[in-house]
Parts: sequence; C-alpha cells; structure tokens
Amino acid sequence: MLELSGLTKHFGGVRAVDGIDLTVAQGEILGLIGPNGSGKSTIVNLICGLFPLTAGRVLFRDANISDLPPHARVALGIARTFQNIRLFGQLTVWQNLWVAQNSGEQRHKERFLTRWFGGSRRARDEIDRTLEFFDLAHKRDELATNLAFGEQRRLEFARALAAKPSLILLDEPAAGMNAEEIDQLDDRIRKLRQDGITILLIEHHMELVMSIADRIAVLNFGQKIAEGTPAEIQANPTVRQAYLGTAAAA
Amino acid sequence: MDFYLGLLQIIGVHTLLGLSAYCVLLTGQVSLAQAGFFAVGAYVAGMLTVLAAWPLILALAVSAIAGGAIACAVGFPALRVKGLMLVVATVAFGEAVRLFFFNFDYQVAHGDIRIGPHGGEGFRQIRYFPEHGWTTLDVALFIWTAVALVMAALWWMDRSRAGAVLRAVGEDEIAAQSSGINITAVKVAAMTIGGVIAGLGGGIFAHYTTHIEHVQFGVVLATFAIAYPILGGLSNVFGTLLAVIFIQGFLLEGLRFLGDWRNLLFGGLIVLAMNLRPRGLLDAGSTIALKRLFFKTKE
Repeated sequence: MLELSGLTKHFGGVRAVDGIDLTVAQGEILGLIGPNGSGKSTIVNLICGLFPLTAGRVLFRDANISDLPPHARVALGIARTFQNIRLFGQLTVWQNLWVAQNSGEQRHKERFLTRWFGGSRRARDEIDRTLEFFDLAHKRDELATNLAFGEQRRLEFARALAAKPSLILLDEPAAGMNAEEIDQLDDRIRKLRQDGITILLIEHHMELVMSIADRIAVLNFGQKIAEGTPAEIQANPTVRQAYLGTAAAA
Repeated sequence: MDFYLGLLQIIGVHTLLGLSAYCVLLTGQVSLAQAGFFAVGAYVAGMLTVLAAWPLILALAVSAIAGGAIACAVGFPALRVKGLMLVVATVAFGEAVRLFFFNFDYQVAHGDIRIGPHGGEGFRQIRYFPEHGWTTLDVALFIWTAVALVMAALWWMDRSRAGAVLRAVGEDEIAAQSSGINITAVKVAAMTIGGVIAGLGGGIFAHYTTHIEHVQFGVVLATFAIAYPILGGLSNVFGTLLAVIFIQGFLLEGLRFLGDWRNLLFGGLIVLAMNLRPRGLLDAGSTIALKRLFFKTKE
C-alpha cells in the first residue's frame, strides 16, 4: 500500500533520514521504533509532504506521490496525528472533525455548497459516530483547547479518522497517557485494523508496539537497522545494542 | 441630527472596511491591502455613476466584483509569504494603488464643467445621492442595509463549515494541511471575500462623501481596517462593529471636546483596551455571557 524507496532527507549537513526502504502492506500495523532523533517523525512528515524530499520516492497504491502537496495526499487517503498535539484550539471538538471531513469520497459525493456551508445528514452522523468511538461525544461543544491532555490526544486521532483515511500515521499516540488510556488506545487501533485501515505506528511505548504491531522496523541515525516480527526484533542483538542500550540486556 | 446621521454613515462604511479585514484575519493573515481594494471600489463605482450614469446598485455590484477580482489576483502571489513579509507586500500594494490614483486622470466634458478623476486633485462631484434627491437619512438607511446584509452573510458563513475551515487555517496551517485543507486556496478565497466587501464599502464611501482623493486611501486607512477586527476580537462579526463604534464614535467624535489632548488619549485608550481585553472587546467569553443574558439557555 505504501512504499518508501531510498527516502532521504538532509537538513543542511544533518542526514535526518538516509536512504530508507520500507513497505507497509494493506491492512497491517507496522511499528516504527528507534531512539529519539533517529528520524521517525521526519519519515511521517515526508510521507505527508510537509517538506520536500532530498532524494527517493514515496509510492502510495503504486502511484508516485512524492511531489503532491499535503492536502492532496490526505484526499488520497493518508491521515496523521502529531507527536506534539496540534489541534484547532479555538474550535469546538465537533468543528475540529468537521474541518477534516474533506476526503476524496465526500468531495465527489457532495455538492460544493453542501460541503462548505451545509454538511449533509450523513456527514454529521459520521462525525457523531467518530466522537462516540473516541468517547468524546459528551464534549462535542467544548473548545478543543479546554480538553484534558488525554482527550486532546483522542481528539487528534478522531480528527485524523474524520478524513476517512485508508492509511493512518500515528506519531507517538501513547505519549503522556496512563495505563488505562493506553489500553483503550490499543483497543481502538485493533478495531480500526478490523475495519481495514492500514496503520503506521510510531511509538516509544514498547509494550504497546510489541503487542499490536504485525511487523516492526527499527531506525537509528536515519537508517533502518532491522525489520521483522516483534519476536524477531526483541531477539535482534543490533537492536538491543542500538535502541535499548546495554542496560536492557540485564 | 445631521451630525449623528453623518456619524452613522461613517461608522457603517468603516464597519464594511473592518469586516473585509476580518475575513482575511480569520485565516491568520495580516493584510494592509484592504485600503487598496477600498480605493479601487470607490473609483470604480464613482466613475460608473458619474461618467457612465449607471444606477447605483449596479455600480456598487461592479465595484464589489472589481475589489474581489483584484484581491484574488493580489492574493495568489502575496499569500506565498506570511507574517511580516505579507504586511510589507500588502503595504506596497496599497501604496501602488494610491499612487496609481494620484496619477490617474480621466476627465470628460460634461456641459461646461469637466468631471471624472483628476490626478492629485481627486475625483469631485460624485453627486449621485443629491442628484437623485436622497436625504441624509435615506443614505444612512441605505448604508446600514448594506452593512446588515454583509454582517448577516458573514455571520452565516462563520457558523458553516467554511467558517470553521478559515479559523482552522488561522490557528495552525500545518494541522490544517494535514487535515486535507488546501490552505492556499482557502487564504486566497478569504482575501477575495475581503476584497468584495472592501470594494463595496469603497463604492458606498465615494458616494456619500461625493469627493475622493488618493490621500484618503493611505496606510492610515489600511491600519484602521485591520485595527477594527483586532480590537473587536475575532469571535464574531459584532466585535468589529463594536470596535468601529468605539473608535469612530467614541474616540474620534466623543472626545472632540478635549482638543489636542484627544490624539494623545486616542492611542492610549486603544492600548488600554487591548490590555484589558487581549482577545478583543467582544471575546468568546463575553459572547457567551451576552447569550445567557438574552436567551435563557437550558443550562
């Protein structure tokens, strides 16, 4: 579904991402892990088109999308969340999803006026269902900025989903969450996979990644140092050394 | 009585100008080009009624379209930059428009006088209202009908998805892009809507003053345009109206008895107002409080 080939991004002399080849198959959950600064978030930004590639290509469903602007990639079905939450704080919870409801499917089904000014019954119901799924329905008229941290994370996830993606990129969705919230996140990600959504999961929380990822890729210094099932990754000595450090061997 | 009607007219026209900047500000862009669109509207509408003897409504419609078209054309290159650079680019545009009209000479003989824009001397004798027997009251009512229509349209837009999208772009461009919004298209659209409103306001302005000249459309007017929505707050269109009443009605006219002290106090009071109400005179909190006052809500 998503294929990165020779993906490279240099910031001045820094090789943030250095020749990454990575494939995400339809319907799978691919975990992307690596120490801080290893290039995980940069990869997400490159897939979304937030900055231009130094070299390499991004293929989505076999089409080269390397030169498309970010909004066009969302229209094709790629949505994301941010490591540092970026909500529309002065909009209500409901409006945050309303803004994102602009995917390719809706674009064609709804007339210009309905899409921009009215909002069909179906579109409104969809938002309500998504809020329900993320347990935010009771907060629908709150300003996003007034939500608690965990709720903001959920809202960002919900907003990404409102764009009706077929591939969703989650950039550290569990950061700052407590155990119970992580359990719920785990459930939601599994539920989305059942619905046929492909997921690229960047996460530091090992327990979560190891339990739900089908495959894991490990980055270090902008390069992929390992790829395999969670069990293979856990057993991989290079990974233990680069990522977990020597203490983890104890 | 005429004094108050005159004041009402000024407040009405400046509200249109402020609302044009309001649209652009929603997307987070600070544009000082609004006075330029206003000038274009003023000259276009004036020339259509004076030189071509068009009916006023038609002339105003064309001035609004002209303002929108120019705003759209300016928007594409200008909105590639943001922040301070956009301020500089739009000031430059505004000055270019002003200097264009400073040099714009298009007079035709009309009986024994010559009418039309006459360069630095300005464009005199835009006498549609007196020639058609409109009283000051008629003119004030006409202006406020236009203001009410524009405010209603913007109020409606604000509550639609389009309004949410404009505000989303204003809050966080990266998040907006990543939510599938074409931010360039949205910003240019906002600029165009602003241009339409400014063009309409300019057209009305030309007719009630009957005499326009380039100096009226300088940076000062552009600054006022942007000051209204900033001072009034961006939570809804009434903030802008309130700010125009505050500045034009209270600060400029109400304090006239202070003589030279007025100018000093003028700046001071704006600074004070912004410090007391950093999110504008009419922020989200006071809007909710007002709603509770007038409509008994369920809570």
